[in-house]
Amino acid sequence: MAGTKITLEQVRHVARLARLEWSPEQEERLRADMDEMLAYVDKLNELDTKEVAPTTQVGEAGMPMRDDEVTNRPAAEAMLANAPSSERGYFKVPKIIE
Amino acid sequence: MASELNKLTIADASSKLRGREITATQLTRDCLDRIAAAEPRLHAFITVCEREALEQARAADARLAAGNAPALCGIPLGIKDIYATRGIRTTCGSRILETFVPPFDATVIERLRADGAIFVGKTNMDEFAMGSSTENSAFGPTMNPHDIGRVAGGSSGGSAAAVAAYECLGALGTDTGGSIREPASFCGVVGIKPTYSRVSRYGVVAYASSLDQVGPFARSVRDAAIIIRTLAGKDARDSTCSARPVPDYERALTGDVKGLRIGVPREFFVEGMQPEVEKSVRSALKNYESLGASTVEISLPHTGYAIAAYYLVATAEASANLARYDGIRFGLRVNAEDNIALYETTRAHGFGAEVKRRIMLGTFALSAGYYDAYYLKAQKVRTLIRNDFERAFEKCDLIVTPVAPTTAFKIGEKMNEPLTMYLSDIFTISLNLAGLPGMSIPCGHDSNNLPIGMQLIAPPFAEETILRAGDAFERTGAFKPRTPAV
Amino acid sequence: MNREAYEAVIGLEVHTHLLTRSKLFCGCSTTFGAGPNENVCPVCMGMPGVLPVLNRRAVELAIRTGLAAHCAIAPYSIFDRKSYFYPDLPKGYQISQYETPICKGGYIDLPATENGEPRRIRLTRIHIEEDAGKNIHGENASLVDFNRSGVPLIEIVSEPDLRSAEDAGAYLRQLRAILRYVDASDGKMEEGSFRCDCNVSIRKRGAKEYGVRSEIKNLNSFRFVEDAIDYEVGRQIEIVEGGGKVAQETLLWDPARKETRPMRSKEYANDYRYFPEPDLPPLIVPAEMEEKVRASMPELPADRKTRYVRELGLTEYEADVLIADRDVADYFEATLPALKNRKSAANWVMTEVLRVARDSGESFVEAVPPAAEVGALLRMVEGQKISLNAAKTAFAAMVKSGKGAEATIAALGLAQVSDESAIAAACDKVLAAEPEKVAEYRAGRDKLFGFFVGAVMKAMGGKANPKVINDILRAKLTG
Repeated sequence: MAGTKITLEQVRHVARLARLEWSPEQEERLRADMDEMLAYVDKLNELDTKEVAPTTQVGEAGMPMRDDEVTNRPAAEAMLANAPSSERGYFKVPKIIE
Repeated sequence: MASELNKLTIADASSKLRGREITATQLTRDCLDRIAAAEPRLHAFITVCEREALEQARAADARLAAGNAPALCGIPLGIKDIYATRGIRTTCGSRILETFVPPFDATVIERLRADGAIFVGKTNMDEFAMGSSTENSAFGPTMNPHDIGRVAGGSSGGSAAAVAAYECLGALGTDTGGSIREPASFCGVVGIKPTYSRVSRYGVVAYASSLDQVGPFARSVRDAAIIIRTLAGKDARDSTCSARPVPDYERALTGDVKGLRIGVPREFFVEGMQPEVEKSVRSALKNYESLGASTVEISLPHTGYAIAAYYLVATAEASANLARYDGIRFGLRVNAEDNIALYETTRAHGFGAEVKRRIMLGTFALSAGYYDAYYLKAQKVRTLIRNDFERAFEKCDLIVTPVAPTTAFKIGEKMNEPLTMYLSDIFTISLNLAGLPGMSIPCGHDSNNLPIGMQLIAPPFAEETILRAGDAFERTGAFKPRTPAV
Repeated sequence: MNREAYEAVIGLEVHTHLLTRSKLFCGCSTTFGAGPNENVCPVCMGMPGVLPVLNRRAVELAIRTGLAAHCAIAPYSIFDRKSYFYPDLPKGYQISQYETPICKGGYIDLPATENGEPRRIRLTRIHIEEDAGKNIHGENASLVDFNRSGVPLIEIVSEPDLRSAEDAGAYLRQLRAILRYVDASDGKMEEGSFRCDCNVSIRKRGAKEYGVRSEIKNLNSFRFVEDAIDYEVGRQIEIVEGGGKVAQETLLWDPARKETRPMRSKEYANDYRYFPEPDLPPLIVPAEMEEKVRASMPELPADRKTRYVRELGLTEYEADVLIADRDVADYFEATLPALKNRKSAANWVMTEVLRVARDSGESFVEAVPPAAEVGALLRMVEGQKISLNAAKTAFAAMVKSGKGAEATIAALGLAQVSDESAIAAACDKVLAAEPEKVAEYRAGRDKLFGFFVGAVMKAMGGKANPKVINDILRAKLTG
């Protein structure tokens, strides 16, 4: 397993997608770990799955649906109680640039 | 005053409570005393809820006095810290939720409250249920009550250890790849992962939504049956929860396994397995034969691919499930100048190494250009694994295997080798991929006096078969679990 | 710049709120205008452990829209997670539909205009998804309100069949009419219940292949859509004419400066990592459910138009004006009972009623008097109880006072006098006062007839029935 399943560049791209910050030292270690895992999961390619349908859920078929009724009462205070930062009933974040 | 009511089974405690021989307050007090004594060595709990538990006990006593209380009324339980508990902090073993106090109860918590159960505390766990040893908890590992130099298993290690060490009478765990069964096996208690969709997941912090399932720990099969009777059943808040009626599981415990066809998959008795594990399980199979059951060798040919498929499916789902921890509405925030930096630093500081590793793997498996090769491929292999079981259950009613290839390993032993750690779930993980019910039940000890667990597996919604067979084995008295060292 | 040498190619992605009482996946209210974070719960806040439960009405409304737009309704569709980070997106993913939308294909027909033939705009798909919260931008910080988080949306995606800003405007108006007909949306733009992304490219007229397209995001009024497309088409032509190349980019419309500018945030240039939502089983729409929804459908604009032309004798133009807005068409029909002259009712609604609605700035229903009252007014005209002019006067008064037709006519004394003896008496008076003109008329000066009518009407204070005056005068002058 030569360690070529994923490059450092790809690791950085994935980290950006996942919004995770890594130090340069961590990045190399992480790349090696991911590489090992990806090499391991490669064994799935031993199996021919061309004709196999994917299983995304193992529950019973059919979507239960709810009636269109308002069942929740306003509870802004309780919903804001865990906020790291809030102001006048809003959650506060650094200025968003569009 | 060593009344030690905390050592009672749920069934016994329940009958004494309802017979007014003991009070819920006494029982709870004994558990809390035991917690105070054992916790410095075990660390099974993240949060002990002494005040709330005693309040619940008083309410339970009033209800017991009035008569007609449910079986779980006044029974002290440990709750894995993955369940949302209104007004009680719910950390999920993570720094990122260290201060999070949910404004709502999980459905199963609501049901246990309605029955009058008592919550002595929130138990320790691998962060976001990602791990097989509880060493990934941000608050430090849980020690195995049989040997504090060893792990309790994971991710529900705190619940397993707490039940084994008599800190409570039963506990809730969750199982995504073996997180109930493996720690139950390591700690020498009973642990059940019901069929996927049998129990509501509402209010259970999600790791991998299509695999996560709720289940109990207890010191007997009967106790576990009493708990899942309360947990199971349709929930209007979980769209994936089954509407099938819930049987009275306790009534399935007839002791009769005559004619039961037990499948023994050859792929589960492999090279490199601790020989004492195989010996104990084979000996339990002999016990079943002597009770009138038959055994048949079966094959689950795709077993060797389960871990690979699992780590792609579970991490992919986790990468989305854990995106909500962004430092905006709840939990940890590390301030930064702009929102992107805020996310990145909050998540970098708030999540532990294993969680971040899995988020990375899952994000990669779903990313443009890799979806088909990794995520989709894994979901197809999942179909093959499911088909294996379907075919196997044409030949048998129950499958019996070991829970793990070894008994509890040493703390720190596998922490630097993620893949080796993952491989300890090799016998449990395929059930989650297929959605099947499984139970871990103690069946022996190794030469170090560490418990060995046997896994009973049934077709979807056949929990009664598992419980009946497990209970029948307990009744033979072929194996008596030992009292843990702690 | 030779604009005529180029043709624009435009496709629209319209997001519109569905008219449900509660959110798509939880029981929170969708009411607009609540205090910040009042209409929120653990589910739409994305708290740990929560799960979605689908609102049946939202599914029905999506199917209704699909049927109205001639789409195929998918018997099996799934929800997917679309992942990206943004402060107003609580879970870090949006529950949407990706590979299997609930409605596929379909089309919307645009009516003929002065400049062109009727046109058919093909649809790609319609899918259901949840809305995000709302960010309010301050000086140094932004504030987030999750009231809108989880409100049900449908996204209606057109094929690139539109060729101009006017086309886009016509398409949007037609789409809004359909949404309102099927009760899927109230079409209230000012409450942010409508948003549109425009994909715009240009090519030499007659060319087959598409040019590089830019995407203008988050336009929230028809006007902005038209202005932004106009500007963007011009900008792209200028680039190409100048020898440059159009960049594939995401733009925002600045309505104050009337120009597009590139979006700065990176959030949108993302890899969304769609995968099937494990918390929701597949959505199965059995044939019976589709049929049930179909049976509950109201008459659609196109069918209504045909009926107006064939059964009520209106012109195509009249029918188009009336059906454009379901409220207007419903209003028109509510004026009809007991009226013989459908055309005059149509004319009245198209001129008098629509003028009042336009001038008021309020919604149509709020601005105009009840249709039954207008019907009563027109019935009085038909029965010659009032004159057309009196009806107009009365209508204006009714708009102001909110009073009924009868009461207004009575209060203003606008009722027409048809009492023959009173009119005959007035005629006698006029003829007696003008013996010379009577003689001239009898000698053959027919034009004087109008003079006598006017004089009698004046003597009657303008309220006499002109037909009765005519009849009596003619009898007296020839008699």
